[in-house]
Amino acid sequence: MDWAALRARLGKQLRSVWTPLIAIPISLLIGAGILLLSGYDPIAAYQAMWQGAFKDRIAVTEVLVKATPLIFIGAGLAVAFRCSIWNIGAEGQFYVGAVMATVVGIYLGSLPGYILMPLVLIVGMIGGAFWGMLAAFLKNRFGASEVVTTIMLNYIAIYVTGYLVTGPMIETKGLFAQTPKISESAWLPRFLPPTRLHIGFILAIIFCIVLYILIFKTSVGFAIRAVGFNPDAARYASINVRSNILLAMAISGGAAGLGGAVEVAGISYRLYQLISPGYGFDGIAVSLLVGNNPLGVIFSGILFGALRSGAEVMQLSAKVPSVLVFAIQGLVILSVVATGAYRAVVREKEE
Amino acid sequence: MELMPALLFLQSMLAATWRMATPIIYAAVGEVFTERSGVLNIGLEGIMLIGAFAGYSVAYETGNLVLGLLAALVSGLLSGLIFAIFTVSVKANQIVVGAAFNMIGMGLSAFLYRTIYSQSGRVLSLQPFRPLDIPGLSDIPFLGEVLFRHNIMVYGTVVLVVLAAFVLYRTAFGLSLRSVGEHPKAADTTGINVPATRYVGVLIGAVLAALGGASLTLAYSDQFVEGIVTGRGFIALAVVVFGAWSPWGAFWASLLFGSFYALQLRLQAMPEVLIPYQFLQALPYLATLVVLISLTRRARAPRALGVPYP
Repeated sequence: MDWAALRARLGKQLRSVWTPLIAIPISLLIGAGILLLSGYDPIAAYQAMWQGAFKDRIAVTEVLVKATPLIFIGAGLAVAFRCSIWNIGAEGQFYVGAVMATVVGIYLGSLPGYILMPLVLIVGMIGGAFWGMLAAFLKNRFGASEVVTTIMLNYIAIYVTGYLVTGPMIETKGLFAQTPKISESAWLPRFLPPTRLHIGFILAIIFCIVLYILIFKTSVGFAIRAVGFNPDAARYASINVRSNILLAMAISGGAAGLGGAVEVAGISYRLYQLISPGYGFDGIAVSLLVGNNPLGVIFSGILFGALRSGAEVMQLSAKVPSVLVFAIQGLVILSVVATGAYRAVVREKEE
Repeated sequence: MELMPALLFLQSMLAATWRMATPIIYAAVGEVFTERSGVLNIGLEGIMLIGAFAGYSVAYETGNLVLGLLAALVSGLLSGLIFAIFTVSVKANQIVVGAAFNMIGMGLSAFLYRTIYSQSGRVLSLQPFRPLDIPGLSDIPFLGEVLFRHNIMVYGTVVLVVLAAFVLYRTAFGLSLRSVGEHPKAADTTGINVPATRYVGVLIGAVLAALGGASLTLAYSDQFVEGIVTGRGFIALAVVVFGAWSPWGAFWASLLFGSFYALQLRLQAMPEVLIPYQFLQALPYLATLVVLISLTRRARAPRALGVPYP
């Protein structure tokens, strides 16, 4: 390989690292401004956050536990966004996956683990994929914007979950609005006791690698990206736009559904109303931060897992409401957008 | 004898429909202007939340509802300005920026509310806009209750729609706005400032969304609750499509959605209705889906919607 090509290649890799490296400090800085204006000590708050995320082995593994659903969701959204399908419905798809996994884990609980465990995950993935494809179908058949339909499907999934955990699936003692635990044979093994780190995290990383290969190294992925880049040109190249939209939403919803199933089988072992504290929305930022690259999602998922994990400690020790993290995530997206635009301007000047 | 309870039910249902539709009408009519100028703002939900909080906070502190509305208006101007900088000047992807706005609106309003108000652990309610009975008309049986016993924010929706339709279809500005959303290049050649026109479109939309949010905390209820907008910003987006991008269309479509809210609340309160309340709560969202697929093909979106210029 000659020198110029190598340099161009390195430059390209560096650029994809640059955006998050600039975007995150900017958003944390604005977050510090908000903290300061609201009468908090930003340094103490961020210190508590850092401590919460990284102070010892348990804290670090908790970050990875929190990152696991974000990585699944983010990797799936990367595929949808590459296809220019704006799936805002990962939250609902996550819920459907969690519901399906719980149903299988409870009602087929007598199956042996080597059948039940994969079945729980696969059924969860299918559930999420179905919920995602519903939005794709409405877009293809009726021209309904997926931005609106996926959000409506979120509400429907969340309310149905609320019904299930307070009604037909409530645990027999009935003290809390939650289902009984799924059969122990479906629990994902934890490999670093006493921490809660489970093999779902490893699965998430493998999943990202698979999606990366699918999107960037196969003709299937090429077609999805072509549709996202320019649907008219794709159609002209006899790529079926509608079936690619359906496929992208199936992958994206399936990823979120799998995330929901892994959360049930790896952490909560049961279903309750707030099984997702907004992972589906965090996933949007997770994917956008790394330019919708499934491999990058591993990095940004861990970062946002740390933000979430740290924010909980920040709330406890520095008394700063953890919801600030939502705002910071939004700011991260805006910073990514601004950084991208700035680089485009610089590139134009260079040329 | 069966007629009276049915009429009473209908009367309270229709009156509630208009009240429930009010926040959606503000947001949707505003979004008509934004989308007609060629910009898609899916960040309405976040902007409404910020408006709801700004209005509540200032009205609670000062005891003055008009100052509360003014604060919501300013918050809408600021939100709109930032949104326009990103989408019109920087030409960023409008959906990505909108999604960021929703997160910021949710996070910031909840963060500020917890910081300033919820430490006390009490619900801090204010004196909301009271119903203004229109003398004479409010005494008409049935119609009086349905149409003439509302608060000022509800009446305001009619003024807004009339004004919006006039501006959009009968003024030079409205013509420029629509041409910028249809064919920005042609508009540009006739000397219309495309970015400036789009800025105005975005600002009108954001200000009205913020006022719609404030109507929730200052008129519809008397307090702020985290996430109080509960998807109305997204429903407003569907309403704009359903209303064929016209102010009156948005008005009637909002009323339709208001009726779903009113119906589900009334059904929840009836002990003889055996449908689980979660299904009733899901009704407006389910209805949005059904309505969206049944009528989407009827009208055409502005041709340059979502496309940055140049």
